[in-house]
Amino acid sequence: MSNWTKACNADAVDCEDVIPVAIDGHDYAVYRSPDDDYFATDGHCTHEAFPLADGLVMDNIIECPKHNGRFDYTTGEGQGAPICENLRTYPVKVEGGSVYIDLG
Amino acid sequence: MAATDSVERIVLVGAGECGARVARVLREQGFAGEITMIGDEPHAPYERPPLSKAALIDDEISPVEVLPATRLAELGVELIAGTAVESLDRDRRLAVLSDRDEVTYDRLLLATGARARTLPIAGGELALTLRTIDDARALRSRLGPGRSVVVIGAGLIGLEVAASASQLGCDVAVLEAAPRALGRALPAEMADVLVKRHADEGVEVLCGVVPTDITRLGGRFAVGVGGFDQPITADVVIAGVGATPNVELARASGLSCENGIAVDDRLRTDDPAIFAAGDCCSFPHPLYEGRRIRLESWRNAHDQAVVAAANMLGGNEQHSAVPWFWSDQYDIGLQHAGLADETASSVVRDSGDGSQIRFALAPDGRLVAASGVGPGISTAKDIRVAEMLIAAGNRPDAETLADPSVSLKRLLKS
Repeated sequence: MSNWTKACNADAVDCEDVIPVAIDGHDYAVYRSPDDDYFATDGHCTHEAFPLADGLVMDNIIECPKHNGRFDYTTGEGQGAPICENLRTYPVKVEGGSVYIDLG
Repeated sequence: MAATDSVERIVLVGAGECGARVARVLREQGFAGEITMIGDEPHAPYERPPLSKAALIDDEISPVEVLPATRLAELGVELIAGTAVESLDRDRRLAVLSDRDEVTYDRLLLATGARARTLPIAGGELALTLRTIDDARALRSRLGPGRSVVVIGAGLIGLEVAASASQLGCDVAVLEAAPRALGRALPAEMADVLVKRHADEGVEVLCGVVPTDITRLGGRFAVGVGGFDQPITADVVIAGVGATPNVELARASGLSCENGIAVDDRLRTDDPAIFAAGDCCSFPHPLYEGRRIRLESWRNAHDQAVVAAANMLGGNEQHSAVPWFWSDQYDIGLQHAGLADETASSVVRDSGDGSQIRFALAPDGRLVAASGVGPGISTAKDIRVAEMLIAAGNRPDAETLADPSVSLKRLLKS
């Protein structure tokens, strides 16, 4: 069952960047890729739970600001040590200048 | 990659961050042979950085395991814990363990780390040191509200322990023999930010103060200090005066040592079958005119692990990663990338929200170092970009660096 929830305005995220979004006490990270597509993942690194939105986005990769663990934010796939666990991703759509996340 | 068929058995001497990371990377690179990791601590690999920071504040210190038993099993890594390597027979390529067992190798990695230096003064052994989880537990059991603590050494470990002890309600004083705190690690202005924060928390950092001896005073301790009429008394004395690389095995095996086990920029020792990585080794850094350095940091252990793993499997990768470390004290986060010397000039970026970054530019305009302090990990993203600029030999425009309204990332693409 889908549960589309507004996360932020589309222009709140710079191109090739990420912002933190909290919905009902859960932290998410919302990304805008260099190609202007939007993605969403859980807000915290699966390694030691640091907030990913403080990390650097390069192309399709988000890098944790603390230990440089890397994920492909379009798929959630961890890119090797120190990451052991992939990152949960969420479907995203943009409508009327707003970004919506399907919280499922 | 070169052929790996002749490498079937790899022995990792040391089960810290570096050894554990090498084990993982070897498997990620497809190595299917035997991996034996030998560590002298009776624990599976765990993270040391939290021991002076968040973990020390917990009532009970539990390890953050790098490779728990289940992961070791999944990776097919044999861990021999609580066992030291006594000697190497390089001709026969075998390691002799403290329990007399012998393990043969095709490639061997020395990731023996470093150990806390003890104070070279009378009674210096009475000061606690912090390196292992057992050290942290021993220290933690002596800390608590109202306890008086003297920390000797205002380096990163000393100041982190001082912050943690203060957060546990201890009365803390820090003694530093040098004229200022963090002299080895950071520019003076950045050190001042941290020292001021300590002062705000009631932690005095006394510089130019040289301890002369430590004596027992009932259940307490007296620290004699040059130029002071009275010794300073405390319930707990902790020394954070640096670390000594564990080179004994390498030296006894006839390998060159020079402020650490001497390796080349491929992390090879004199013996083509033996590599060294992490806190125990010194290496020439290509970004800094090939200057031989040794780094004691979590990140370096990981970066060198990746290179050592590849080269043990026949690769020819150069270790050129920019030195990087972090510290957490109270709610302040510090991150530092690069190495600067006294010829560098500095540029400050002040974000106005309590965080600032100080960039160091070489006389030829190259960015060589950057340090950031601020709440939490507020400067992490910019320090990461700075690290990439340093790696690229970038000569950034000083005005852009100083202007917090301009994204540093833009410099990467210019």
